[in-house]
Amino acid sequence: MIPASYTFRNVTKHKVTSTLTIFGVGLVVFVFTAVLMLAHGLFATLVATGSDDNVVIIRKASQSEVTSIIMREQADIVSTFPEIKLGQDNKPLFTNELYVLISLVKRDDDGSSNVTVRGVTEKSMEMRPDIKILEGRMYQPGTAEIIAGKSISNRFKGCKVGEQVRFGSRDWTVVGVFDAAGSAFDSEIWGDIEQMMDAFRRPVYSSLTMKLNDPASLAAVTSRIEGDLRLQLEAKPEKEYYAAQSTATTQFIMIVGVAICIIFSFGAIVGAMITMYAAVANRTKEIGTLRSLGFSRLAILRTFLFESFVISLAGGIIGLAGASFLRFVEVSTVNFNTFSELAFNFRLNGPTIISAIVFAVVMGFLGGFLPAVRASRLKIVDSLRAT
Amino acid sequence: MAQALVQVRGVSKSYYRDSLEIPVLRNISFDIPEGEFLALMGPSGSGKTTLLNLISGIDQPSGGDLVVAGENIARMSEGQLAKWRSQHIGLVFQFYNLLPVLTAFENVELPLLLYKLSKADRRKRVETALTIVGLGDRMDHYPRQLSGGQEQRVAIARAIVTDPTLLLADEPTGDLDKVSAEEIMTLLSRLNKEFNKTIVMVTHDPRAAEKAHSIRNLDKGELA
Ligand SMILES: Nc1ncnc2c1ncn2[C@@H]1O[C@H](COP(=O)(O)OP(=O)(O)OP(=O)(O)O)[C@@H](O)[C@H]1O
Ligand SMILES: [Mg+2]
Repeated sequence: MIPASYTFRNVTKHKVTSTLTIFGVGLVVFVFTAVLMLAHGLFATLVATGSDDNVVIIRKASQSEVTSIIMREQADIVSTFPEIKLGQDNKPLFTNELYVLISLVKRDDDGSSNVTVRGVTEKSMEMRPDIKILEGRMYQPGTAEIIAGKSISNRFKGCKVGEQVRFGSRDWTVVGVFDAAGSAFDSEIWGDIEQMMDAFRRPVYSSLTMKLNDPASLAAVTSRIEGDLRLQLEAKPEKEYYAAQSTATTQFIMIVGVAICIIFSFGAIVGAMITMYAAVANRTKEIGTLRSLGFSRLAILRTFLFESFVISLAGGIIGLAGASFLRFVEVSTVNFNTFSELAFNFRLNGPTIISAIVFAVVMGFLGGFLPAVRASRLKIVDSLRAT
Repeated sequence: MAQALVQVRGVSKSYYRDSLEIPVLRNISFDIPEGEFLALMGPSGSGKTTLLNLISGIDQPSGGDLVVAGENIARMSEGQLAKWRSQHIGLVFQFYNLLPVLTAFENVELPLLLYKLSKADRRKRVETALTIVGLGDRMDHYPRQLSGGQEQRVAIARAIVTDPTLLLADEPTGDLDKVSAEEIMTLLSRLNKEFNKTIVMVTHDPRAAEKAHSIRNLDKGELA
């Protein structure tokens, strides 16, 4: 085996070409990683929105709360299900909520964007223990008071504690800001459901949420709903419900992003190829010498493939390291399933790291393959005659 | 009588440029006995390097047989030849052909990487070879930190580290000043006398050829 130090030292010897090639691969891997982190961040944010033992019930065949309608009588039936866990006050952990999209003006550029307003009940908070009041206090039921998720509070006018915001032909006072631990609730405004139904003149609910005694009793709830003809509803674990909401947007990000990365990667592959062809040309005599000592064609092929592997791996690690800083960046996008604004962070996870490194190595392999084959096919006498 | 170490039998070699045949060696036959120190001389383009390349198995004849230490290398496949070279041949080039990114030690160690040897065994052999050529104190130097004569001595150490059957040198003093050339020739004769290495050396330099036991002249692809 030709020693690995031969490869490492040749890579570090040609600083300019190696650096440029590594940088090229690194840039593509950076973009690639950013795309995956974006998609994963969005997915993780929505999944984190659900609790394991919560079940969301919406109207059959409506994909999300936006298009779901549930009658008060239907809600009354569901609220008596025996699978529902009881709270500290011995009342069922069950809530009926209203989901409305409104348009609010952004703080920074005066543009407007869709924001989710959720009419909630006194149980809504208790059923989502991750949500905490960050600033101010809870709204008073029966008043025009609201609380805003922390992503909303910062980005939209009138949503800080003490400010007023107008929607549903009423002025609402923000009395608190809540932190929902990075979940989709962070991008919502909450207020008393009775006030909201009144303001928006909506006599129906959008969704029901119940906490189960035992997550395994989901099947019982589902069959109970299906067995009752008055209930044209469907139940899903809350996690699954929110995960499903991320698919349209994450798929869009992935398809566009990965397509762009593949186009970029041609540049990096060609860069690696030029570098490796130059390496073979510069070291033709060394190749002849190694062969004359008894090293096989395969050993030569391996050495040059290994060299482009080392270069692309270095590029991959640098691109990945650069992209990992994006974790501290918060972005927002329109959730294509609900058409509301959703704030989230880039997130790095194991599969993303592995994909980025594999992507880098594949680029190195594709760029290095032909030059390595050329190196291995040189005739010894010809390569020794090279200067 | 025992057979000669190298038997060249009716060897010819042609190169082809486009479809034009360029004969370089024509029907060459001679023997090289074990322990010989042979100088190959002749005008430029007469085919000396080509003949040496055939004996070292880095090129193959167009016709004829080449028997080295009982094996006909004219009939070997490329893979067999590579292995055979690593076991039987030590090569010394005019321009040393050291790998610039490797130290003297690592350059000499290279041929041993084709053997199943422990790291300690390799170290012992490399140190021995470098001590024989008088560079035991320069093991960690890179080629660019050495003079031409020292580089050639490292190359000779690399050629002898596997204790090969044949040592083949193509104008080993061609790039050196008089003093260094003298040192290299002294070293080669020492390897021939003390270590009984069979040596074939191509040279233009009559002073270098003086150190050899016998001289053969090539002219236009034929032995004179
Ligand atoms: N790989 C090759 N392809 C084509 N022609 C070759 C090749 N190698 C050598 N030749 C030709 O064969 C002839 C002999 O070359 P060779 O290198 O053996 O000569 P030489 O005696 O070593 O000369 P010099 O003293 O200049 O080194 C030359 O005419 C050369 O051009
Ligand atoms: Mg020559």
